[in-house]
Formats: sequence, structure tokens, C-alpha cells
Amino acid sequence: MNELSPSVGRVDADERKQSAGHLRGQIIPLLQKLQEKSGFISEEHVDEVAAATGASASTVYGVATFYSQFRLQAPGKHMVRVCEGTACHVLGAKDVLEALKMNLGIDVDETTSDGLFSLESVRCLGCCSLAPAIVIDDETYGRVSPNKISKILDTYREETA
Amino acid sequence: MSTIREIRVGLATCGIAAGSQRVYDALASSLESSGLDIPLRRVGCIGMCYNEPLVDVVMDDDAVITYGNVGEADVGKIVDEHIRGATIVEELRVPTGSFLSRQVRIVLENCGRIDPESLDAYREQGGYTGLASVLETMSRQDVIEMMTVSGLRGRGGGGFPTGLKWSLAEREQGPEKYIICNADEGDPGAFMDRSVLEGDPHRVLEGMAIAAFAIGAAYGIVYVRAEYPLAIARLERAIADARSAGLMGDKILGSDFSFDIKIKAGAGAFVCGEETALIASIEGRRGMPRRRPPYPSESGLWGKPTCINNVETLANVPWIVRHGAEAFAAYGVGKSRGTKVFALAGKIKNSGLIEVPMGMSIREIVFDIGGGILDDRPLKAVQMGGPSGGCIPAELADTPVDYEELKKTGAIVGSGGMIVLDDSSCMVDIARFFLDFTQKESCGKCTFCRIGTKRMLETLGKISSGDGTLEDLEALIDLSEKVKANSLCGLGQTAPNPVLTTARYFKDEYIAHIVDKACPAKVCKSLLRYEIEPEACKDCKLCLKGCPTSAISQGNGAYQVIDPETCVQCGRCYQVCPFGAITIETGMVKTA
Repeated sequence: MNELSPSVGRVDADERKQSAGHLRGQIIPLLQKLQEKSGFISEEHVDEVAAATGASASTVYGVATFYSQFRLQAPGKHMVRVCEGTACHVLGAKDVLEALKMNLGIDVDETTSDGLFSLESVRCLGCCSLAPAIVIDDETYGRVSPNKISKILDTYREETA
Repeated sequence: MSTIREIRVGLATCGIAAGSQRVYDALASSLESSGLDIPLRRVGCIGMCYNEPLVDVVMDDDAVITYGNVGEADVGKIVDEHIRGATIVEELRVPTGSFLSRQVRIVLENCGRIDPESLDAYREQGGYTGLASVLETMSRQDVIEMMTVSGLRGRGGGGFPTGLKWSLAEREQGPEKYIICNADEGDPGAFMDRSVLEGDPHRVLEGMAIAAFAIGAAYGIVYVRAEYPLAIARLERAIADARSAGLMGDKILGSDFSFDIKIKAGAGAFVCGEETALIASIEGRRGMPRRRPPYPSESGLWGKPTCINNVETLANVPWIVRHGAEAFAAYGVGKSRGTKVFALAGKIKNSGLIEVPMGMSIREIVFDIGGGILDDRPLKAVQMGGPSGGCIPAELADTPVDYEELKKTGAIVGSGGMIVLDDSSCMVDIARFFLDFTQKESCGKCTFCRIGTKRMLETLGKISSGDGTLEDLEALIDLSEKVKANSLCGLGQTAPNPVLTTARYFKDEYIAHIVDKACPAKVCKSLLRYEIEPEACKDCKLCLKGCPTSAISQGNGAYQVIDPETCVQCGRCYQVCPFGAITIETGMVKTA
């Protein structure tokens, strides 16, 4: 995806040659690029990708909703991801998730009303030996327990306050 | 006394999560301010994730002193006492003994030893000499024959013979063919492929180039999970370096062979590990599998012949070319040759990444390499193969890691996730966990997979909340068989395996949930009761303050009581009680 030209909607020559003119192969990389830039996929983005790849808007929307990576709503300022991989599960990830939900007052895939936190559940962050783990933005917290949650979240709240 | 050759810091995702970047930075500045000119290397995962962050001090005679759980604060001590003073800091040293000595490292040969971002480092270890000798001395058939003789089989879980797979793609005519490296590692609890890509990316690229030569492909794609940003970054770097060194691109190493690789980031769909779904995803469609035949070897990506191999499979290839098919086949048993990488996690002391010769027993892996169960509790079962695999009970722990032998137990070798469970793990809960995963990841194409798994999950939910009946259990098993038989792809065909294996080996536990309304492992919340021991309670009221549903009140004396009707089994009181006065009970209340 990184070899795409920065302006969305144009597919560079190299790309065209390599995928033998199969523009539709660009739907997912373009969506990824747009999400990276805006944080989520808007209706306009869907139209933009459709126009660039010659697919219908409904096809692009179908792709965007199929893959869990794509968000159709703006995320909060801080993204809280709870690992629900097997190792985390057997070491108590569910209790951690419950504590997060209770503390934030939101469910998975929701954003707090102040727009500060979004909560996501992910399948295996790949640091199983740190289980149970959560990631806030790019910071990983390993071996978390439900009673550590409020302290962790408060550091982000204070930062903003 | 030999001198120090280099210092290595493990900087893979797991290490970085544990803080190894900060340790690396601290070491770098400490070495600089001390005026010490010792090379500091960033390396991939050595596998001992349980001791991250890890620092290796490597001597001229190849001796390695490993420091574990190193914090920034420890760096000064290591530099002062060991690097400058030549005295090993014993309290930080971690034993590597049986963890490493029982392993055979082919795929992980360089992981944790070389700088993954350095092409030179890979070449110093013999990297790309395999590709060079293939291009100079071998024909396509020679390479395929070599893979066949080595006995290498698909390490993604399927176990399809690699030589045969390549020959099927080779046989197809036409100038345009593709080789795809499947790095869509989706099993929750497995990180083998990620570690290889992060720790030794060139090995995978070299394996792909050799595969491409064998089948006659000029173009390769690495399909990697978007959740692996570090792996993607290191692959990109490796591809660029290989291109500038003439190891990729037009007329590689002066031969007639041209080959180039591109990365495609997946977008989060477990089903895309299935090859036809993976192809659909690269083509920009919803990742839904299709009927086979035609197989991808005849009509794959963009309708062209395509060969799809998993990361670990390809990472074996350069070693086989360098050391010979016989050397590879010397490891293993029966039809399972070579080694297998496992991500060891769960209730185990030494969680991490390991590579063992095929044929080693599960017991040896868990106890000799894994160091045994956390808190020395009893081993209950080992879950292998993730959502497609099954649970092997402790009494079958002598089963060897062998495609055929493991299949007999109802589990599979799988891609390499190995989750160790002890007596505090509930098997109904584990079955439900995996089914919840596959149910959500079902693409929805086949009715049995889409609706069948949903009904199965509901039934498991009923059982784990104590509302299940024995008829439910029968229906669950019956539906499992039907989902297996009536699904198009591997996801649906294997989704019932966790249920079937737990119901087969741990039927008592299902019965306990159904008949006794008890969860023997005390995991299933609805079947638990929290109680306060009046004698142990010191009336500190911490539990009372922490209870979210006000279920706790003053008893007839200096102690608290929990109202079972109001309690939601959140377990907070249990966590906050400093006196261990709160007990968890399960099963029907015994009348005194």
C-alpha cells in the first residue's frame, strides 16, 4: 500500500503494471490509506474509492463492512484496545474488559460522549506472554488486572484536563 | 577471559511491549557516555517472551550471557559491572538451559541473533547462498524434487506436501504465475509468523524467490495482517535492500530469473487465511472462499496459476537448499519431517516462541521447554491449532507432534498456537471462547457455518449459565457434525473441533454444568457464588465500598454478608479483600 501515490484516486504506473490493470485490487489499500488519514471511512471516502477503482459504491461499502479493520465512525481521541486472544482470555481478559466498560460507561466499538476514548476488542495483539494485555494508542500495558484500569485511564484523562 | 563481541537487545513486538526500546536507548547512551565501542544490535525475538526485555552479552568465543526482565534502571549496573568490569550481574541473569537446549532451530535460526534490518547480517549467516546455488546449478525440477525428498509440509495447518504443491503450479503453462506468502496469521494466541517476519524477514523473501523459481513465477505477494505494523515495516525494508543488492528484480544475480515481491496488508478477517478467500481479498473483494476445483494452482490470483505457502513453510526452504533435503528429513518422525515452531502461552511458566523437531511429545514441550505449569498446578489440557484445533487432555500428553498422530486425537498440529490449560481453566468456557471467535469470523456464505455456529454458541451459553439440559448437549454434538460436513472451507469444517474435543475428553465437566449447576474450574460466572467467611472477615468494609450493585451489607456482627440475589458475580470483592475472607463457591447450595 505504501507504493501508492499520495494523492488518492490515482494508481501509479508500477501498480497498474504489476496487477495487470486490475484496479479493483486497489480498493482495500485505498480504504486503508484513507482511514489512516482520517481515522475512519466516511460516505465520501466510499464514493472516492469507487470512482478511483471503477467499482460501484455498494461494492466498496461491502468491502469496507466485511473487514474488521475499517471503522465507519470517527474514533475517540484515545483508542483503547483489549486483547481477547486465547492467552489473554484464560488469564482473565474478560474481567479486564468488564472493568473498562464499567469505567468508561461504553460498550465495545463505542466512543465516550466526551470523545476521549473509544473501546475496541481485538483478537491477539501478539504479546501473549504479557497477558492479559491492553493497548492504548501505541502504548502496551501488560499483565493488567481490573483494579489497575482506573489508574491507567486517569493518566490519559489528566493529560487532557 | 574473552572479550565482548556485541550486545543484543530483543526488539520484536513482544519485547517492545515490555519496554525493550527504552532499555535499548538507555544502553546506547550509557555505552556512548562511557566511551565504549561495543556494537549494540537490535535483534528479533529470541523466544523467551516470559523474560522480556532481554539483553544478550555475546563474547568472542560465542558464549552468551542472557539478562532478563531488564529495566532501564538495570542498564547502568550491567554496563558498570559486566561491560566495563567483566563481572557478570548474577541477579539479572536468566538461565537459558533446557529452554534452548531442547530446541532445534531451523526457521528461527537467526531470530534473536541477527539484526533483522541488515541484509549484510543475513548474508553473513549464509543468507541468499541458497538462492544463488539454485540459480546457478539447479533446474526447476531439481528444486521441487529437493522439497519432496525433504518431506516439508505446509506449516499453516493443512500439512499439504510442499513439493507436490509446487509441482502442481509448475505444471501449469503460461507466462504469468504468482507466488503468495500467507502471513495472515489470525489464530488468536499464535505469533510464530510475526516473529519470523520481524526477526528474519530476508529468510522469507529468499524462500519465496526459490519457490518462484521452482514454479516459474515472476511476481510474489506477501499477504500480511495489518495488525503487524512492525513486520510490514521490516519486510518493506528487506525488499528494498534486496532489490538494491540485485537479489530481487530483473535478472537476479546475473541469471535469467527475474522476480519481484510486493506487500499487501490484510484488513482483518480470519477467513482470509483460507487460500481462495485470501485471493479474493487481494483482488479487492470481500474475503469469501469459493468452491474448489479449480484449485489456485490452476486458477488463482487474477485467474492465473498461483501457489500459496505459509511464512514458516517458506522460511524452511533456504535452510533445506543450504543443508540438503536429507539433513532436513533427518529430523522428525513418520510423514512429519523437520521442525515445527510453536507459540507457547497460557498457564505456563516459560511462555514464548519455540521450535522443536517433529515427533517431540507434548509433555516434553510443556515441562522440559515450557518449564511446567504456572504455580505448579496440574496440567489439564493443551489446546492446539486455535479455533480449528482441539484440546488434548493431560492423559494424552505423550502424543508426539506429528500431523497424523495429532489428528487421531481430534486436534491438529495447526499453525502453531499451543495454549496450556490447568485445573483453573473451564473446558466449556474454552470451547465457547473459540466458537465465539469462529462464529464472528464466519463469512456467512454457508448456512451451516453461518447459522449452525450461532445455534451452537447459544447452546454453549445456555450450558455455561446453568440452563442447559442433557438433550442440549446431544443436540450440540449432532449440530457440530453437521457444521463440519456442510461447510465449504476450512473455517466451517473445523469450527466445531474445540467443542467436539472438549465434549469427548471432558464430558464430566459438561455434565457438571448441566446437572450439578457447577463449574468445577470456577470460571463460568453464572454458576458462582461469592461468600464471606465470618471468621476471616475483619469488617474493613473495602468490599462493601467496591460492590457495584450494593449486594454487600453488615451481617449480625463484625462481618459483611453478600446477598446472592443482588450479586452479579463481578468478583470485585474477591479482588479487594486483603484478608482472603471471600470465597468462591459453585454448585447447588448444600443445606446444613
